[in-house]
Amino acid sequence: MDRQSMRSPLARAMGLGSAKEGVEHWWMERVSAVALVPLTLWFVASIIAHTGSDYATFIAWLRMPLVNILMILLVIALFYHTALGLRVVIEDYVHSWIKFGALAAMHLSCFALAAAGIVAALRIVFYG
Amino acid sequence: MSNSTVKRIRPLSPNIQIYRPQLTSVLSIVNRITGIVLSVGAVVLVVWLIAAATGPQAYAVVQGAFTSRLGRIVVFGCTFAFFLHLCGGIRHLFWDAGYGFDLRSIYVSGWTVVAASVALTVAACLTSLIIAG
Repeated sequence: MDRQSMRSPLARAMGLGSAKEGVEHWWMERVSAVALVPLTLWFVASIIAHTGSDYATFIAWLRMPLVNILMILLVIALFYHTALGLRVVIEDYVHSWIKFGALAAMHLSCFALAAAGIVAALRIVFYG
Repeated sequence: MSNSTVKRIRPLSPNIQIYRPQLTSVLSIVNRITGIVLSVGAVVLVVWLIAAATGPQAYAVVQGAFTSRLGRIVVFGCTFAFFLHLCGGIRHLFWDAGYGFDLRSIYVSGWTVVAASVALTVAACLTSLIIAG
């Protein structure tokens, strides 16, 4: 520690990261995880049930309102959880200026992919 | 200039290169690796949805990729990664709720995660093969 500094220990610690947003990240990672347990299990079970289905059968299934809603919820929860998880991975291993770019690229990609997934699911309902 | 500005090179913790792998540490890193693998799987999910929305030809191309030899291996790997992350995640949720912190419980839940993931992956693949005929 720099003993010659006139700044108090509190002043030196301030701004170096606080618990203000950490709990939010931790909590939302858990909330999205709990949402993903039934959503992913439903998805995997449905895909297994549709093994060997032709395109028409598969689209007819995706056009069912409940199925479409669940698919959109899956996409939202999945990319939210992905963004929260990858953020920690990037923060743990990337320390240079690349960290900023990597985080921004990852977050924008998650938004873009979620939007693309939602639009694709809606397109199947309205034009499929 | 004070001593604090002199950068000393010290070994970083944890020294994973000299650590003997344990179930606890292996499952911890497996949860992270499977999470990264599933991020790629999420991209594939969107590609697959877009193909389904585009039309029969685009969908056939993606289905063809999934049912190819390499595609089947990747789908199998992603399924195993999914069940590992799911079971590992549920284990984490129990810890978050304050349960299962003693050493015995940690090893019991750890091996349960491994066994359940293998069993669920095998069950999923066998069911899929039976339905496909």
